[in-house]
Amino acid sequence: MGQTVRLRVTAKERVAQDVVALTLEHPDGARLPDWTPGAHVDLVLLDGLTRQYSLCGDRFDPFTYRVGVLREPGGRGGSAHVHDALRVGDEVGVGGPRNNFPLVPSRRYLFLAGGIGITPLLPMVHQAQLLGADWTLVYGGRTRASMAFLDELAGYGDRVHVVPQDERGLLDLPRWLGAPVPGTRVYCCGPGPLLDAVGVACATWPPHSLRTERFVAREQAAPARSTPFEVRLARSGATVTVAPDRTVLEAVRGAGVEVLSSCRQGTCGTCGTDVLEGLPDHRDSILDDAEREANDCMFVCVSRARSDRLVLDL
Amino acid sequence: MTTTAPTSPPTGTPVSDADPFGPEILEDPLPFHAALREAGPVVHLSRYGVYAMGRYEQVHAALRDWQGFQSGAGVGLSNFRTEQPWRPPSLLLEADPPHHDAPRRVLSTILVPRALRGLRERWTAAAVDLVDGLLARRGDVVEFDAVPALAEAFPLRVFPDAVGIPAGGRENLLPYGEFLFNAFGPHNELVAAGAPRLPELAAWVNAQCAREALAPDGFGARIWAAADRGDITPEQAPLIVRSLLSAGVDTTVHALAAALHAFATHPEQWRRLRARPELARVAFDEAVRWASPVQTFFRTATTDVRVADTVIPDGEKILMFLAAANRDPRRWTDPDRFDLSRDPSGHLGFGFGIHQCVGQHVARLEAECLLTALAARVETIEVAGPTRRHHNNTLRAWGSLPMRVRLG
Repeated sequence: MGQTVRLRVTAKERVAQDVVALTLEHPDGARLPDWTPGAHVDLVLLDGLTRQYSLCGDRFDPFTYRVGVLREPGGRGGSAHVHDALRVGDEVGVGGPRNNFPLVPSRRYLFLAGGIGITPLLPMVHQAQLLGADWTLVYGGRTRASMAFLDELAGYGDRVHVVPQDERGLLDLPRWLGAPVPGTRVYCCGPGPLLDAVGVACATWPPHSLRTERFVAREQAAPARSTPFEVRLARSGATVTVAPDRTVLEAVRGAGVEVLSSCRQGTCGTCGTDVLEGLPDHRDSILDDAEREANDCMFVCVSRARSDRLVLDL
Repeated sequence: MTTTAPTSPPTGTPVSDADPFGPEILEDPLPFHAALREAGPVVHLSRYGVYAMGRYEQVHAALRDWQGFQSGAGVGLSNFRTEQPWRPPSLLLEADPPHHDAPRRVLSTILVPRALRGLRERWTAAAVDLVDGLLARRGDVVEFDAVPALAEAFPLRVFPDAVGIPAGGRENLLPYGEFLFNAFGPHNELVAAGAPRLPELAAWVNAQCAREALAPDGFGARIWAAADRGDITPEQAPLIVRSLLSAGVDTTVHALAAALHAFATHPEQWRRLRARPELARVAFDEAVRWASPVQTFFRTATTDVRVADTVIPDGEKILMFLAAANRDPRRWTDPDRFDLSRDPSGHLGFGFGIHQCVGQHVARLEAECLLTALAARVETIEVAGPTRRHHNNTLRAWGSLPMRVRLG
């Protein structure tokens, strides 16, 4: 799994009906890569089945990650595996973190969460509070019992509005959004219909007011391969085979071709390499989704191949 | 360095009364760095009442530990908890999470290697042009001072254009950076010498950061575009442009000078680069490790932090010697050798962790273009006369590097 780190489950807690929170730590007690609110990690759960979960712990604690996992009956077994099989003491592969949903500076925030979509917003409200911003969280869910982290949110008092559907109906978006207030940032995470409705309701707001993350714990259709692949180095003419337990960086260096690297965890960007042919399996924390899809650049300290062969500008 | 009995709270912590900002150590810091590493993982510098680290392990760990070692109280000797900074603090260098997040994210997105691709062709042409101009003068052997002729000339030719500032006044960039990096040290004569021109230089730099001053397609304009998208606030944009102008010129100049000096004194390494020009990137990083153009930065303890056997009290300043860590024999084999066959990855010359030099890819591209252009034309390169160091409280710099090159 490339440079995906193996982290140990050190706590597993049921935090709502069908939601467990996992605490993850490095088996050696090492620091984990830094993250910012809105970031997610890839969890490698079963043979190559990778799913993405927002980090919902404390970024000031460099030694633990926390994720909240909803049991999804329609899923392909990733969340069921977490709920039914994964135990405290087990190790899981973790990739990332990456952030496609960063909290931008503002004096006023409106956070809208639907169900398990609370997870990326939890560190955001903590941060907004820390910064002394004016903020409101509206948190909808099916029932109170299905809504995770209500206890942690209780401390924020009347900034948090808990709206269980069976008690108060669906979120009345026009009411919560109100008239556009210049400078307010609206952050929304939750099921597709909620995001669609918020998009419509914010159509008259100033551009860039609304920021969303589509919380469909994405299942990567073609996860990292477990078989070797070939890397041809266009400039030096060498071809190397990358075994499943080696990084592209190691294999390329083994062929006597120098590649600079620094962090070795896909965060600093030093080993960025142009891809001339083939499809990389991106495992870095640098490229956003559009950049990943361009498939013209990869970070060889962690990223691998989806295709049988890559041609790199080395 | 003399190691005496502790005179201040940290019982058992080695104490040094050396002045790392004095002219003797600035002229040749290597013996002091070695003594610092030998004295222990943490040393108290009695002259300034600060702690110091010179070993790779501790410097590396402290640079990663932004929770325990903050930058927001200033990365110089001055403690912003109790002292007024001489200018509004940098949103990058002198900020901690969460304030640091958005400016860092915006600037690192603008300066990632893939965003610089469009510059490679232009900078390669600029480097070839500069080198051709320099070597066209006379015969097969050419002499010049590499500091103004290459190390200063190339960054000044390409970087301000990439930022998008106007042509007028660019001569202010180097003296402004010079003052800034001196100001991280004590208020010694180096700071005093730069002070008279400071108001004028700072006013000029600040004026270049305004949206109206910047060309539409440069790094500066992209910072303002991020403000338009709301990724940063409009108040943050000019300060982030200022970071580019503050940290992007002098550092690269001195790193290039270090690389040129390294090659002039290691002819076998120049032959290696000539044979394999693709080593230019590794060569530059090895030069940055070997010479550490940025020698030091301070951090401030956010709480009582234990490092090895020393507890550094909350609010105390810690001087981290990147340069000493980059030559720590506990980490590097034969650390004093400039060697292109070494893997310099993991050196601390660009810092490490969340504050690691955001412009490192820009510096590498500049160096790669210039070294490649030189290697294509120059067969041998040697020192042609007395060299002169230039003292700065933070930077290891050359004032003059007379060189003689033979064209190949």
